[in-house]
Amino acid sequence: MVREETEFVNWEAVIGLEVHIELSTKSKMFCGCSTDYFTAKPNTHTCPVCLGLPGAMPKANKLAIKYTQLIGLALNCKTRTGSKFDRKNYFYPDLAKGFQISQYDLPFSENGHMFITTNGRTKKIGITRAHLEEDTGKLIHTKLNGTRLTLVDFNRSGVPLIEIVTEPDISSSLEAKTYARNLQQVVRYLKVSDADMEKGSMRIEPNVSLRKVTKGQESMVKELPPYKVELKNINSFKFAEKAIEYEIKRQRKILESGKMPKQETRGWNETKQETVSQRSKEEAHDYRYFPEPDLPPFAFEEKYFKSISEEIPELPDEKRKRFTKDYSLAENDARTLTEGVELAKFFEEAAGAYKKDPKIVANWITGEVLRRLNEENKTISDSPLLPASLAELLFLIDKGEITKANGKEILANMIKTGDDPRATVIKLKVTGISDIKLEEIVIQTISRNPKAIEDYKKGKEASLMFLIGQVQRITKGQAKPEKVREFVLRKLSEAD
Amino acid sequence: MKKLKGLTIKEASKLLEAKEISAKELVADYISRAKKLNKNLNSFLTFAENEAIDQAERIDKLRRDNQKLSPLAGIPFAAKDIFSTKGIKTTAGSKVLESYIPVYDATVVGKLFEAGACIVGKTNQDAWAHGSSGENSDFRPTKNPYDTSRVPGGSSSGSAVATAADQVIFATGTDTGGSIRLPAAFCNVVGLKPTYGRVSRYGIIAMASSLDSIGHFTKTVFDNALVLNTTAGLDEMDATTSPLKIDNYTDEIRKSPSGLKVGLPKEYFEGLNKEIKQNITKALNVLERQGVIIENVSLPHTKYGVATYYIIQPSEVSSNLARYDGIRFGYDRDNFGAEAKRRIILGTYTLSSGYYDAYYLKAMKIRRLIRQDFIKAFKKVDVIITPTSASLPFKFEEKTDDPLTMYLSDIYTTNINLAGIPSLNVPCGFIDNLPTGMQIIGPDFSEKLLYRVGHSYEQESRWFERRPNL
Repeated sequence: MVREETEFVNWEAVIGLEVHIELSTKSKMFCGCSTDYFTAKPNTHTCPVCLGLPGAMPKANKLAIKYTQLIGLALNCKTRTGSKFDRKNYFYPDLAKGFQISQYDLPFSENGHMFITTNGRTKKIGITRAHLEEDTGKLIHTKLNGTRLTLVDFNRSGVPLIEIVTEPDISSSLEAKTYARNLQQVVRYLKVSDADMEKGSMRIEPNVSLRKVTKGQESMVKELPPYKVELKNINSFKFAEKAIEYEIKRQRKILESGKMPKQETRGWNETKQETVSQRSKEEAHDYRYFPEPDLPPFAFEEKYFKSISEEIPELPDEKRKRFTKDYSLAENDARTLTEGVELAKFFEEAAGAYKKDPKIVANWITGEVLRRLNEENKTISDSPLLPASLAELLFLIDKGEITKANGKEILANMIKTGDDPRATVIKLKVTGISDIKLEEIVIQTISRNPKAIEDYKKGKEASLMFLIGQVQRITKGQAKPEKVREFVLRKLSEAD
Repeated sequence: MKKLKGLTIKEASKLLEAKEISAKELVADYISRAKKLNKNLNSFLTFAENEAIDQAERIDKLRRDNQKLSPLAGIPFAAKDIFSTKGIKTTAGSKVLESYIPVYDATVVGKLFEAGACIVGKTNQDAWAHGSSGENSDFRPTKNPYDTSRVPGGSSSGSAVATAADQVIFATGTDTGGSIRLPAAFCNVVGLKPTYGRVSRYGIIAMASSLDSIGHFTKTVFDNALVLNTTAGLDEMDATTSPLKIDNYTDEIRKSPSGLKVGLPKEYFEGLNKEIKQNITKALNVLERQGVIIENVSLPHTKYGVATYYIIQPSEVSSNLARYDGIRFGYDRDNFGAEAKRRIILGTYTLSSGYYDAYYLKAMKIRRLIRQDFIKAFKKVDVIITPTSASLPFKFEEKTDDPLTMYLSDIYTTNINLAGIPSLNVPCGFIDNLPTGMQIIGPDFSEKLLYRVGHSYEQESRWFERRPNL
C-alpha cells in the first residue's frame, strides 16, 4: 500500500441548519383553535384535539399544507404529489398526545436550494427538506408558595410549524446568519409567517462539526466528520452567530489536542457566552416513527402545484436584480429597498409618481425615511406616509419651493402624520420659500434700506429687527424667524 | 301496563308512537332491570339514570307536541365505556381513567342523543378494548347471561350482555379485531362491524386507529340497520370517514337473497370443530333453500392474519396509550393492567428503529395482501360466510394463563379488520345450550347487502327468540 503524502491545511466548519417557522394561519394545524396565542391567557386557546384528550382526532389544516408547499416552491424544492403525516413518539410534559404529528419519509417539499452572497461571493446552499408538523405546548417553571412548580400552557400546542433542513453546505457563522436572514425574508415575502425570532415564531438550530482540509483537496467532495453537535436555545440571529463561532473554537481546541468532540446537543448560554451540554448521544430518542393512522395520505396533482406556484410573488433575489437593472440602483440600495416587500412596494410607487430619477427617491428612502423610522423602531407599514406624498415633496424641492434641508423636516412630520407636503409646510410654518428665494428677498430688502444699514453699523440693534420685520412682511411670515435673522446677518456682514 | 320486556327497537318504537307507553315508563323499566341484573352480570360500570330519564321526558314532550321523531327516540341504550360521554364517567375499562369525566360527546353518542335515544349507562369491557373475554376489565369480569360460569366474549362484553339480557334495547361497541362480533356470537345477538370509515371514530378512545370500527349490538338484524341509519356517515372531525353517501339500511332489507352468491373460504373451514361446522352447515342450508348459491372461495393469506394483526395493533396501541401519563387527567401509568403493558412493550419493540422494517412495514405489506384476497373473492361472490368463532363461549380463566391462546380466539375476525371491510354477526343456533354465531362478510360499504342476507336467515331461524334464563 502506498499513501499519498497529505499536507494539513486547515479546519473547515461543516454546518447544517434546521429552522422551525410557525405558520401564520388563523387556526391550528389539526383543530379549529386560534393560533393567536402570543399574549393570550394560558390554556384558553385549547380544545379536546390540541389537549390530546382521549378520543380526539386531528383534522389537517389545508392552508398550512399549501403554505409549506409554497415555501418549498420558493426554495426550489420538489413538491411531492404523494405525501403523508407520521407520528413521532416521545415523552415530554408539553406534548399532549405523547407523540407529535410530523412528517418522516414523505415531506411535502424536498431537494431544493437557496443562493446566498457573503463578502461578494455567491454560494448555493442545498435544502434537504421542508416538512410540516405541530408545535408543542410551553412549560413555565415557577415558584408558588415556596414550592417550585412546572406549569403547562397548551395555547401553542398544535400551531402549524414548518421545519426546513439544509444540507451541511454552510461553512461559517456569517454564511449561517445570511442563510437564516434570507430564509426569513422569503417567508415574509410569501406572507406565510412573521418569522419573528424574539417571539419564537422562527427558531434556528445549527449543527456544527469540523473537518480537516488537506492540501490539494480543498475543492474535492469531502466526507462528513464522524460526529455532529446540535445547538439549541437560540433566539436571535446574533446568538446563532455567536454560538456557532464559540462552537467552532471549542471543537477546534479538542481536535487539535488529538481528541474527538462528543456527539451531543448543546444550548447557548447568553450570560456565560458559551454553549453548554444538554444531551448526549446515549440519551438520544428513538422516535418510533410510523404513518399517522388518523390522517389518510395526500395525493396532489401537478396542476395544483402549477396553480399555487402562480401565487408566489417576486422573491427578494429577483426583485433586487430588477431594481438594480430597471432603476439603475446601486447593489446596496437595491438590497435595502428589497429587505421587505412593503418597503419595496413603497419605493416603486414613489418612484412611479416622481417619474424623474428613481435614484433620488431611493436615496431619500434609504436615507431619511429609514433613519426616521428606525429612530422610532418602526417599519414603513407602521407609518401613514404615502408614496405619492414623498414624490410630491421631492417635486417641491426640485421647484425650489422648499429647501432640501426643510424638506427633511417636513418629511419627518409627514412620516408621523401622513399629511401631504403642502399642508405640512403651512402647518409647520417652515419656509414656504426656498433658500434661494429668501436670499433674493434679503438682498432686495437690504438694498432698499441703506439707512437701516448705516444705523446697524453704528450699533443700533433695532435696525436689525426692522430689517427682519421687512423680510417677514414680504415673505408673509412663511420664513422661519431664526432663518431670516441668520440670512440678514450674513448679508449684512457681506455688505461690509 | 304492557309487558315491556324483550322488546326490539321496532316494537318499542311502535308502542311509543301509538302512545301506548311513554318513553319515561319504558326507560324506567329498563333501568330497574339493568340495575337488578347487573349484580349478577357486571355488564355495566356506570349508570346514567338522570340523563336517561331527562331525555325520556324530553322525548315524551316532543311526542305530545306531535313532532316527527326518529325510531330511536325514547329507546333505552347503553354505550361501551370507551365512548366519550360529556359529563358521564368514561373509563375504557381501565383504572387509569377510573375518575375521568369527558368534556365532550363522541360523534356517535351525539348522533344517538340527537335521535332521542336514552342512555341507561356505560358498559363493562376489557380495559382499553384489549381482550376477547372481558376478563381484562380492570374492574370485574362480565358474565355470559346464557351461562354465568362462562365468558361473554370481548372486548365489548358489557354491551353484548346488556343487549342479550334485556338491560337495554341496543348498545354500542367497538371492533378492532372482533370485539363486537365475538361477544355478539357468544351472547346470541346481532353485532355489526361496519366498513372502516363508515362510522365516525371521533371521541371514541382509540385502541388501534387503523383498525377500530364503531358498531353496535341489537336483538335483530332490522334493529341493527335502524341504528346504523343514525350512526353512519361523514364526520368533519374524523378525517378517515368516507364521503360516500350513506344507504337507507332498512330499505330492501326484506328483499329475498335469492340469486346471491355466498362464498365459503376453505381456509376457515379446515380443521374446524365438528359441531360448529355442522351448525353453520345447517345455517347455510337455510340460505340455500332461500335461493342463495353457495360457492367455495380461497383466501390464501388467511393464516398470516393473527400474526399481522398482533404487530400492527400493538404498534398503534403503544402510541395511542402514550397520552395516559397522569399529567392532565387520569392516574399515572402504574395503573395499566398486564395486557395493556404487554401491548405497549410489543408495540414499542416493533416500531423501534432497526425493527420497523422487519415487523411493522412487513405487516403492512401482508395486510395489503390479505385485503387483496378479499377483493379477489368478491369478484366471484357477493358475500362470504364463516363462523364468527372457532370455539364456544369458554369458562372463566380457561385462557388467561396463555395470552397467545387468548389471541387465537380472534382467528376468524381479525382479518376482516385488516381488510377494512364490513361483517355482521348473526346468531346461528346453540350447541349444548351455548350460543354460536356466523359472520356475513361483504366488500367495502356493503352493509345493506349484509343486512338483507342476515335478515332473511334470521326471520326463518328465529334464534333471537331464545332468551337467556335470568
